[in-house]
Amino acid sequence: MSALAIKPKHQRLVLIVFALAALIGAVLLAIYALRGQASYFYIPSEMVAHPPASGRAVRLGGMVEKGSLKTMPDGVTIHFTVTDGKAAVPVRFTGITPDLFVEGSGVVADGRMDGGTFVADTLLAKHDEKYVPREMKDMVAARAGQTGAPKP
Amino acid sequence: MIAELGLAVLWLAAALAVLQLVIGALALRPEGQALAGLVRPVAVMQGVLVLAALAALITLFVQTDLSVKLVVENSHSAKPLIFKIAGTWGNHEGSMLLWVTIMAVAGAFVALIERRLDEPTLMATLAGQAFISLGFYAFLLFASNPFARLPQPADEGQGLNPLLQDVGLAFHPPTLYVGYVGLSIAFSFAIGALVTRNVGPAFARAMRPWVLGAWIFLTLGITAGSYWAYYTLGWGGWWFWDPVENASLMPWLAATALLHSVSVLSSRDALRAWTVMLGVVAFSMSMVGTFLVRSGILTSVHAFAVDPQRGAFILALLAIDIGSALALFSLRAGTVTEGARFAFVSREAALVYNNVMLCGILGIVLVGTLYPLVTEAYGVKVSVGAPYFNPVSAMFAFPMLAMLAVGPLLRWRQDRLAGARAARVAWPVLACGALALAVFVGVELFAHRITLLPALGLAIASGLFPASLLPLVGRNLRRTPLPVWGMVTAHAGIAVALFGMASESAFSVERLAAMQIGETQSVGPWQVQLGAILPVAGPNFTALQATLETRYAGGSPVTLHPQAEAFSNPPGTRNESALETRWNGQLYTVLGEQAADGRWQMRFWWKPFAPLIWLGGALVGLGGLLALAGRVLSDLRRIIARDKIAWRRMRQGR
Repeated sequence: MSALAIKPKHQRLVLIVFALAALIGAVLLAIYALRGQASYFYIPSEMVAHPPASGRAVRLGGMVEKGSLKTMPDGVTIHFTVTDGKAAVPVRFTGITPDLFVEGSGVVADGRMDGGTFVADTLLAKHDEKYVPREMKDMVAARAGQTGAPKP
Repeated sequence: MIAELGLAVLWLAAALAVLQLVIGALALRPEGQALAGLVRPVAVMQGVLVLAALAALITLFVQTDLSVKLVVENSHSAKPLIFKIAGTWGNHEGSMLLWVTIMAVAGAFVALIERRLDEPTLMATLAGQAFISLGFYAFLLFASNPFARLPQPADEGQGLNPLLQDVGLAFHPPTLYVGYVGLSIAFSFAIGALVTRNVGPAFARAMRPWVLGAWIFLTLGITAGSYWAYYTLGWGGWWFWDPVENASLMPWLAATALLHSVSVLSSRDALRAWTVMLGVVAFSMSMVGTFLVRSGILTSVHAFAVDPQRGAFILALLAIDIGSALALFSLRAGTVTEGARFAFVSREAALVYNNVMLCGILGIVLVGTLYPLVTEAYGVKVSVGAPYFNPVSAMFAFPMLAMLAVGPLLRWRQDRLAGARAARVAWPVLACGALALAVFVGVELFAHRITLLPALGLAIASGLFPASLLPLVGRNLRRTPLPVWGMVTAHAGIAVALFGMASESAFSVERLAAMQIGETQSVGPWQVQLGAILPVAGPNFTALQATLETRYAGGSPVTLHPQAEAFSNPPGTRNESALETRWNGQLYTVLGEQAADGRWQMRFWWKPFAPLIWLGGALVGLGGLLALAGRVLSDLRRIIARDKIAWRRMRQGR
């Protein structure tokens, strides 16, 4: 009965310490893991100036350059170039492209650098009028501000 | 006319909420006793009125009243009826009205049904419920009026996002919302108990069915939403760690912890302050979720209704509600006396362990969800996905699930795993552990490419399933109480779902190909032949439909029809997958675009045992339902018995 011999007050203290230790441990673990696992968002000029480590998961956002889109003989692999007007990054993607993915429109790609090519796992394009990836909306807004155009 | 009526009724309901708060608070004082009888009718009336407002909005959507702004922005006359109705909550204003409706109706139910809670605590609870409702009424009436009219009626509505035009919309959001908002009852109970300092087993027994009810809806809502995203997005995934998915997972984790700690409080009068705290945390997580969804500060596939100004409003609400609850807690927690003691090896200790682990997972998900917001404040944009969430949450989830094998077998207060108890508890659990180990070694030996996490998942699920049935061993099954059946079903459901998740990620086979008509491709044990691609017309879309002849391991052919659908109101497309479910898995087919050379992009997955994910989720919900039915039935029996005794006494007295 030794465990029951302690006072209720002490038991409460033990529980609080245990819970706090676990919670703080969880948060520290989370922050430690996030530093390694969060994928950073790049635009092409940043990507060219400071390329991420090969194989690290990152996101790339920009415009699909006109005339750059090519389909490979297997019919499902595409190559295209993402640009922000200052720099360009070649991208390879295997899969079914999202709707409204066309040359000249914006795209956000999840993937990693492999040599000089960005290998995309998923492509996010402007899905419809209401759902636009937020990074892309910011990008479009920034461009509109530069050119003085009222709306894209 | 209906719109004005709806708005008027909504204002009236808000006024009743003010009344409910004021008289509920006054009734707590001795001089306000006379008002106590009013609180319940006011709460019920408030629920009825809000229900009428929601009915008014649904009517407007069904009629496609094009003078109402919300209808114009989100509906279209050519939409099928079910999506006109479901479209009512497929937008910001409508979903907030649904939120307030459920909140008020839940309050009305408490006022109608709850008889076990002592009267002062109930008054405080209803006042608390009115207090949090009021914030959302203000939000609805001042910042997102669903009944606003346009100066000029529009010619036609703008329609609903095609991805939302699915039966899923009719069931998933209402179910999830009942769960989210149902937790407000737990929150109000916690506040009520803190105000009256009446935290004890009776309070826990009164609170338990409400928590259980909300938790069942949350479980089913999350399960249904996962399956909806799985078949409608055409990505072949069932959980994306999207902020909005996390927003539903966090309240579920907190509610699951609350459910277990409430059972400790009601059975053993321990974990008093902790249970109250969890009641506050669970609904706070619901509100944080709403904030994340409604403010649009995080990118999400659910971002169909975003508005930063409204985000600020909800943030303020969040601060007021959670802040005042926490302030009340810190003032009163010290006066909540310690509960009963328990030993290190006991049911209570196992449940404490479960609670702490669940809270750990909750912390991990919360930090991961908010991390992009924090870094963005420093100008760095990041996104956080499965590479973070899967392994880090598993570090807490797997140890928790290991304990799940033994916890339900332990005795309350103190247990010793020696002698007869060793034969009853230790050996069977060790046998299950050995099975898990065998599965793990087998997977590692025979399937090299499987990563650690799915292999561990398969092993733990295989050990956990038999272990979760152990509480039934040695019982007379006919006399086993329903709550025990519920617990066993829910725990087995967790094992089943885990097995499905691990199997899906370990054994899925994908095939992506550009196919000519008549060509055959194989994916896993399946042969898939592309028969034809023909245009078809739906009620409000046109589509290209592929005809696929599929054979499992040379068996008889099954025809599948995946579609690529094009909507015009609003313009949008959707790749509707076609699925073939077998006992051992699911074939998933998607039709893509036509390549320049005339071939068609097709994507196939063979996902062994993937349907177990949702079957497991449904079992967990069923377990909750059984437990709830058991509690409610025994309550009814008690009430009937009490009435009979009272009646006999009365008769004998004569």
